[in-house]
Amino acid sequence: MTKKQKKLLWRILAAGALLIAAACVPAEGVLRLALFLVPYGVVGWDVLRKAGRNILHGQVFDENFLMSVATLGALILGEYAEAVGVMLFYQVGELFQSAAVDRSRRSIAQLMDIRPDVAFVLRDGEPAEVDPDEVEVGEHIVVRPGEKIPLDGVVTEGASSLDTAALTGESVPRDVGPGDEVVSGCISRTGLLTIRVTKPFGESTVSKILELVENAAEKKAKTEGFITRFARVYTPAVVIAAVLLAIVPPLLYGGWADWVHRALIFLVISCPCALVISIPLSFFGGIGGASARGILVKGGNYFELLARADTVVFDKTGTLTEGRFALSSLHPADGVDREDLIACAALAESGSNHPIASSLREAWTCEADPARVTDVTEIPGQGVSVRIDGVPVLAGNEKLLAAAGIPCPENIREPGTVVHVARDGTYLGYAVIADAVKPSAAETVSALRQRGIRTVMLTGDSPAAGEAVAAALGLDEAHTRLLPADKVRQVERLLANRESDRALIYVGDGVNDAPVLSRADVGIAMGAMGSDAAIEAADIVLMDDDPKKLLTAMDISRRCLRIVRENIVFALGVKALFLLLGALGLAGLWAAVFADVGVAVLAILNACRMLRTKV
Amino acid sequence: MKKTYKLIDLDCANCARKMEDAIKKLDGVNDASVSFLTQKLTLDADDDRFEAILAEAVRCCKRVEPDCEIVLK
Repeated sequence: MTKKQKKLLWRILAAGALLIAAACVPAEGVLRLALFLVPYGVVGWDVLRKAGRNILHGQVFDENFLMSVATLGALILGEYAEAVGVMLFYQVGELFQSAAVDRSRRSIAQLMDIRPDVAFVLRDGEPAEVDPDEVEVGEHIVVRPGEKIPLDGVVTEGASSLDTAALTGESVPRDVGPGDEVVSGCISRTGLLTIRVTKPFGESTVSKILELVENAAEKKAKTEGFITRFARVYTPAVVIAAVLLAIVPPLLYGGWADWVHRALIFLVISCPCALVISIPLSFFGGIGGASARGILVKGGNYFELLARADTVVFDKTGTLTEGRFALSSLHPADGVDREDLIACAALAESGSNHPIASSLREAWTCEADPARVTDVTEIPGQGVSVRIDGVPVLAGNEKLLAAAGIPCPENIREPGTVVHVARDGTYLGYAVIADAVKPSAAETVSALRQRGIRTVMLTGDSPAAGEAVAAALGLDEAHTRLLPADKVRQVERLLANRESDRALIYVGDGVNDAPVLSRADVGIAMGAMGSDAAIEAADIVLMDDDPKKLLTAMDISRRCLRIVRENIVFALGVKALFLLLGALGLAGLWAAVFADVGVAVLAILNACRMLRTKV
Repeated sequence: MKKTYKLIDLDCANCARKMEDAIKKLDGVNDASVSFLTQKLTLDADDDRFEAILAEAVRCCKRVEPDCEIVLK
């Protein structure tokens, strides 16, 4: 609790005690009024002061003013206890409200607690503790185990395992050593690292992320705009209604005191605070909760769009697939050992730096000894011919084997590149190298389809490779061999076809699809850790490269919108109900205070649920 | 030019909305936002008159909530 809140709490307690005391004293007339004015003054002096000052500034519909008029009106009507009680409860509500907002603000800040406080920079060979802002590009910093990496850079010395949970929401450790790039915000777990800084603090990943999330509050959701417009007319309308209620019925039927009392109820209910706080807070909480899961959302409006999506367009390479070649299957010929086949292939390709060659070497867990491989001849478009331990070995496509007169299976349907291997004139089998589909891609696509969302894939890849992936994942549509401009055209076609109140999402790796990202209703870049361009271009950024995070983002947005709707219906409903009851003389000022601050507190608490989202 | 300023003792959400409304109406302001949650004022205004516009914006805030202070740096 802040100092200000503590002070208010004491005033409330003191006024409460004084109010009870005043109610017990059997005084009459002016003395009785004086007794009640003591707690009234104790708890409400600042409200009265602010009200007076704001009238001078022309702020008539200020909540302080409205509360002052309502309570002073009650005093004039002789409802002393009620006047003090209403002021007291108003302050209790204010206290709760500010405590709840503070708390949620703090927990959002905690979720985004990735800002490093210090950096240990090497100057004259000694690590010196400085503000990360003061470290210059090219300087070396030291990061000890357990510390946050303060700035983006390249490891020059040491090795460690990095915890990227603060950025991606997943604590999959990443091993780094000299020459590896590291991004700020990760925590070094095991070893001491020396890092050459490559970006000033202001441009480091951490700063970018924080800036993005903090600015997200500026991009307002439609609902928020609606509430703002509503708030602008609500208060004046209720106040005018109150004035009419105080004047018109008594002129017709008499009974001034009763009608004025009813009008005062209107004044108490006329502040739109519950809505004005709780709606932005829900969106803000959603954005905070999402960022803790490695999903950066650039504004509340994207939650609304995500929830309305009916088409999701995926880029293939790097989004649905791993984006790099790997051994996808191994088919040894009869009587050949798997280990023998992969060893032969890896050794034959050990001299090449082609991606196919390196994926074969990766698949073979042993280290290749270059001395075993001699007489390497590369045959362009076919493969290699080498001698391993003096024995001739061929590794390549069908043409290579056909040229050597070695029969091999034809019409292999598996997508990817096939590498046949033969040793000493005998066929050993083949390996298939492909850009593997991500493990969670199929699950994501089927979950989207279950929600009635159309899935489309756009790729610059060949029809054979693209359609194989589309079939494996069960996508609704796939378009292959597209240039970047074709992708934009495809997205525009889909945009034209979607129903006007629905939205189109594009998911890509953000590196070379910036035009499409900005063209879609919601552009999502994934695997964006360390890539500024992607963070810049996209509306939503998935820090790691798991397509399933798209579902998480959609779940968070649905939940967020549900809480927003609940708050709007609840706050407006309760206010309307109490306005009605008040006008009919069925509710007193006590109930009105609940309808004002009580509803605000409940709505804030409801919005706070957004922070604990478990998806 | 777009700049962000910290607000101290911005106590009510409705006041933040009123401040935002008032600042947006100022001459030379392209966009403005007063966030109750982040307690920040973001002002996007014409470069050549920025200082003057900022001073007016501060006056708007003071009019709505006299206790609220804007950290100018």
